Amino acid sequence: MDHQHQAQATTATSRELPMARSMCWHCQSEVTGEYLCGQCVKVQPLSRDLDYFACFQLPRLLNIDEQHLEKTFYELSRTFHPDFYSTKDESEKAISLGNSAFLNAAYRTLKDPIQRAEYLIRLEAGAVKDIRSNPPADLFEEVLELQETLETFRQLAPKGPSAGLEALRKKLQAEREHLEKRQAEMEASLQDKFNEWDQLQERAALPGQAREEKNTILREMQEILSNRTYVRNMVNDLLETTG
Amino acid sequence: MSRIVGIDLGTTNSLVAFMDKEGPHVIPGPDGQTKVPSIVGLTDNGLIVGDPAKAHLIRDPSHTIYSVKRFMGKGLDDVKDELKYFPYHLHEKNGVIRIEIGDKTYSPPQVSAMILKELKRRAEDYLKEDVSKAVITVPAYFNDSQRQATKDAGLIAGLEVLRIINEPTAASLAYGLQKKTQGLIAIYDLGGGTFDISILKLKDGIFEVLATNGDSHLGGDDFDQRLVDVLVDDIFQTQGIKVEGNPELMQTVRLEAERVKIRLSDETQAQAVIQLPNGTYEKLWTRESVESLVMDLVERTLGPCRNALKDAGLTASQIDEVVLVGGSTRMPLVWRKVEELFGKTPHSELNPDEVVALGAAVQADILGGHTKDLLLLDVTPLSLGIETMGGVMSALIRRNTTIPTSAKEMFTTYVDGQTSVDIHILQGERELVKDNRSLARFQLKLPPLPAGVPRVEVNFLIDANGILHVTARDIRTGEAQSVQVKPSHGLTDDEVEGMIRDSFQFAAEDIKARQIIEARNEANAIIVATEKALVRAANLISDKEAEGIRRILQQLGEVKAGDDHRAIRTKISEVEKTTHHLAEVLMDATLKEALESKKLSDVIK
Repeated sequence: MDHQHQAQATTATSRELPMARSMCWHCQSEVTGEYLCGQCVKVQPLSRDLDYFACFQLPRLLNIDEQHLEKTFYELSRTFHPDFYSTKDESEKAISLGNSAFLNAAYRTLKDPIQRAEYLIRLEAGAVKDIRSNPPADLFEEVLELQETLETFRQLAPKGPSAGLEALRKKLQAEREHLEKRQAEMEASLQDKFNEWDQLQERAALPGQAREEKNTILREMQEILSNRTYVRNMVNDLLETTG
Repeated sequence: MSRIVGIDLGTTNSLVAFMDKEGPHVIPGPDGQTKVPSIVGLTDNGLIVGDPAKAHLIRDPSHTIYSVKRFMGKGLDDVKDELKYFPYHLHEKNGVIRIEIGDKTYSPPQVSAMILKELKRRAEDYLKEDVSKAVITVPAYFNDSQRQATKDAGLIAGLEVLRIINEPTAASLAYGLQKKTQGLIAIYDLGGGTFDISILKLKDGIFEVLATNGDSHLGGDDFDQRLVDVLVDDIFQTQGIKVEGNPELMQTVRLEAERVKIRLSDETQAQAVIQLPNGTYEKLWTRESVESLVMDLVERTLGPCRNALKDAGLTASQIDEVVLVGGSTRMPLVWRKVEELFGKTPHSELNPDEVVALGAAVQADILGGHTKDLLLLDVTPLSLGIETMGGVMSALIRRNTTIPTSAKEMFTTYVDGQTSVDIHILQGERELVKDNRSLARFQLKLPPLPAGVPRVEVNFLIDANGILHVTARDIRTGEAQSVQVKPSHGLTDDEVEGMIRDSFQFAAEDIKARQIIEARNEANAIIVATEKALVRAANLISDKEAEGIRRILQQLGEVKAGDDHRAIRTKISEVEKTTHHLAEVLMDATLKEALESKKLSDVIK
């Protein structure tokens, strides 16, 4: 098998991950932004400040090249994975383990659009507030009624099949379809926000530039994300209860 | 660097493999068999492992341990439903099952270590070099305790376990290497005691596990049990014999059930034949009758398959290839059900018994630094979390997260001057603590300060073996804190140490058993040869000499029945001395015959 897959555009930059120290922990020679020391070829620990986008040499955009992401993940896995450090000393093993764990977390987060957006908001605007427990304002009435129906269904279900139960099931299934539609709509508007954000980043890449505009988009995204989480949890609840 | 072997430590059979330039190979025993039955017999003369122990199972079931993998990393409560099926007594100490054999007790890792030692010896005999490092496979759905128990078994056997690798992923390595497959594959692995399903993406030498699921307590053993239940009932109904109270008979029935099941993979009917005290019992089984008996068990494997697909974000039709692993996938019923679910014919070109060991050897080669183009990215099968207020589990690491992975959690105090926090680590998918698996507990030390001021960060790291490591750091001082984790269902380091020491003791007993067997074999050979020689030399030696030889042969026969291998050896050399003249006479006679026949042939010419 041939694994000399050189990334066309990324090869030049793929060796420039920020490292924890500028000096090799082992031979003390200067490490010039590479993950292996140029002198003694020991693996270097990744910087604690490294963010997931930087880890994959990606700009902080929300539409990302998934093939590039996967390819870089595989390349970096080949560099850091503990399997390749089995015969090395304990320090190198520990570094490989730490780097690998970080890389896996970074890949997992960026691969999923929702997690990617949540991570970006955390990076750009500090901690994301916990997922709200209140339903979205425009769904408030509907959700209250739904909760009641769901409760009645749960009480009836153990008593075996009946016409009443079947009617409730139908009603809940219709509700679920409606909520699934809402979820899809939210995801579409989230995608619009992703595009807005990316366009803004293209013309104002520095963190300080267009700060107000950026913060507005981030807040709007967070609002949609919380609503979507709420609706999705509802849908999962319905799926579990009514099948 | 010394060679690293790959070991498949199975519920019913175990294998050892290695890799050379041509690829991975399973190491056969002297008889050419690659499978070593995972059975250990503790006889008066020491340990026997594998096929001899299987024979011992019927003669002396209460001193013979099988399917010990089912007890690895478990407490007594976990296996209480099946206790009645095992001929030996179990008890629990510090959350770990102990098996009582005679006046001794053994933990499951100790018994597994006996099997590992046999494999180690087999590899050493074959490779003609010391073997001290290994990769050992476990079911993908094994939890942390079960993995740790397997690692302990390796240590007790004198093996450095470089990696614990999941069985279906090991199989994928062997399969992918041979087939040069790319794309999405599902590995369906139904063994003797466990079931796993793993969904992988194979691309450019990277084997990325997307999701795994399974049942660490479902396998061929359970199929056998269904047949056993029917046979036991039928024997009682028709013959009036209670099998339950008779461990020897129970094992005979169990082995016959297994044989019938295996036979029905190729035949449409098979006869069970069991010797009872009052005669021979026979029962004709059809494939259909067995299939309907185990149908629900086979169907139980389909739920995990669907869950794994869901977690991987895939539908069955997106899977490019389905690969069958494990002896139980030989059943046509399993084959049909898997085909139905995935909508494609499953592959089973590689020997389903050997493919896991072969894959372990490939992984060993990767770790040894020889194979550089393959890399396995595996996942943790179960969510990991800690207990929070109200007995609820808070998940820190979700199932199917690529390993190694870590999660950090900050801890502080609720009361002024509080100096410790108790942390309970769990594994599982359920909401409540009581429905999940308790892994370990530890006490986190905090500096005596006003409530909420101390800040200690705990790092939960799952390494590439799927085994948890816990470290803690005081954020205010930046100092690392040592964490003493107490496993809920595992041996402590001290216990493992003690068992390593004990294993030297076993080794001595083991060698003794081996020496007796070898001396007996030699004695048997010499008795047969001498008796033949006596017949041939009937007219060549005096009656007195013949009588002397017969007398010493009889003495050898008596000594042979004893347990003293030295006495057997001494008697053997006495026999050799006494038969010295006989051998010479025979040699002369043979020579004469040869010369005479030559003359004869000359004449004819």
